[in-house]
Amino acid sequence: MLVHPEEILETIKMVSNENLDIRTVTMGISLRGCSHPDIDTFNENVYNRIMYYAKDLVKTTNDIQNLYGIPIINKRISVTPIAIVAESCDATDLTSVAQTLDKAAEDAGVDFIGGFSALVQKGMTPGDLKLIRSIPGALASTNKVCSSVNVATTKAGINMDAVALMGKVIKETAEMTKDNSGIGCAKLVVFANAPEDNPFMAGAFHGVGEPDCVINVGVSGPGVVNSAVRGLKDPTLGDISECIKKTAFKITRMGEMVGREAARRLHAQFGVLDLSLAPTPAIGDSVAAILEAMGLESCGTHGTTAALALLNDAVKKGGAMASSSVGGLSGAFIPVSEDEGMIRAVQRGSLSLDKLEAMTSVCSVGLDMIAVPGNTPSSTISAIIADEMAIGMINKKTTAVRVIPAPGTKVGDSIEFGGLLGSAPVMPVHDFSSEQFISRGGRIPAPIQSLTN
Amino acid sequence: MSSSRFIITVIGIDKVGIVAGITQTMAQYNVNIVDISQTIMDDLFTMIMLAQINEDNFDLAAFQQAMSAKGEALGVEVKVQNEDAFRFMHRI
Repeated sequence: MLVHPEEILETIKMVSNENLDIRTVTMGISLRGCSHPDIDTFNENVYNRIMYYAKDLVKTTNDIQNLYGIPIINKRISVTPIAIVAESCDATDLTSVAQTLDKAAEDAGVDFIGGFSALVQKGMTPGDLKLIRSIPGALASTNKVCSSVNVATTKAGINMDAVALMGKVIKETAEMTKDNSGIGCAKLVVFANAPEDNPFMAGAFHGVGEPDCVINVGVSGPGVVNSAVRGLKDPTLGDISECIKKTAFKITRMGEMVGREAARRLHAQFGVLDLSLAPTPAIGDSVAAILEAMGLESCGTHGTTAALALLNDAVKKGGAMASSSVGGLSGAFIPVSEDEGMIRAVQRGSLSLDKLEAMTSVCSVGLDMIAVPGNTPSSTISAIIADEMAIGMINKKTTAVRVIPAPGTKVGDSIEFGGLLGSAPVMPVHDFSSEQFISRGGRIPAPIQSLTN
Repeated sequence: MSSSRFIITVIGIDKVGIVAGITQTMAQYNVNIVDISQTIMDDLFTMIMLAQINEDNFDLAAFQQAMSAKGEALGVEVKVQNEDAFRFMHRI
């Protein structure tokens, strides 16, 4: 037998006991050919275009899941940022475009559709502004649409006007979805250096440099890494790094195989494989648990940033060896509400917003799925975004903010989202005002790091 | 293109008739055994088979369903997975 029985059983154990899964197969579809001044015609074009490419996406991924016996949890679609393709529409409100995306997602049977997005790091066009103003209504009137706005890059600096506006948009989105604890905000991400090929939601969109149709795959497996690290007997940190690297390699290989097969069957180009340790609310399937397995009493205590840096780097190294198409975000995610270990760490008082911010400077994304009190001023949310964007801009990396100022909640409350989104403990923010700083507007210039030519 | 060979794993409490039951179902679907290994791991009966499927239009879903049903009747867990799933992960 080519493969040793022990190896076969190892793979089976990873799937059945340690929650190894292909987190998402995301089909990127270009909508560049859909533009039209009449919004109804535009919506029709968008719907037809998505259905043309995605009609077999769910069936094909289900077939592949059965063929290999590896669960594929989500099927998703990402599209060209709507602000770009709807720029020429006469209509001032783009909510109906979001509803069209929602209907296409529903009819194609996918879990989410991303791309109700705008890229405004250096300034806003009228189309960008129309889109951003439509976000609260769009997220309140759809179920599957995800929205993102890129407000900063290392090359362009930070668009502080957009940062100020996004603070208000987040508050408004929370208000319009208050019956569901502000769940609209769980589908809205503010980015610095947003990747154009990220398969993970809520931040996925299909970049303008991408082909017509592409398959990007997101693989996960914090539970597998957690279990592998816990299996080591009295390891050094070098041993831990080596163990994570090997585990990441194996997980990535699995994703590569699934991605290539999905792309082949769907006649699409294979884009990237994104190996991101994306936790789920399941016990042990947790990034916090991995950090604690390294020897920290509770995630968020001193040493957490160092442990996370080790983890993120080892994941990338293992992934890079396993596939030549590694892209997207690839690293460790630290969403609070989706990670049972992070939730516990917040509840026992070891993990604060400030520590999370520090952690985002060494891992793949940012302040993710964090609930803050409902009465948090929009300028404070903007300031949280600005801090995070600065980390991304200076460190030439992606950072993101997905916060939920859940209406009517205060510190100590807990918000239930259910499913993969989990439940979020409401965390305290600083009471001192950032109002004047945010209201200055303008742009934080591109840093010296941008002068690489 | 994926391989036409499948890894079939059978894991559960040992009892009389597991091998007979499982291989009978395989024969019904004209699935050939290329290699077979059997061991007791952590007190569990563990059988791993490498099987070859030669038909072009083989109904994999039906075979997987029949094997799962047989496994359930015998009180063991049966999985049928394409060989590539393991080759990709453990071999370069």
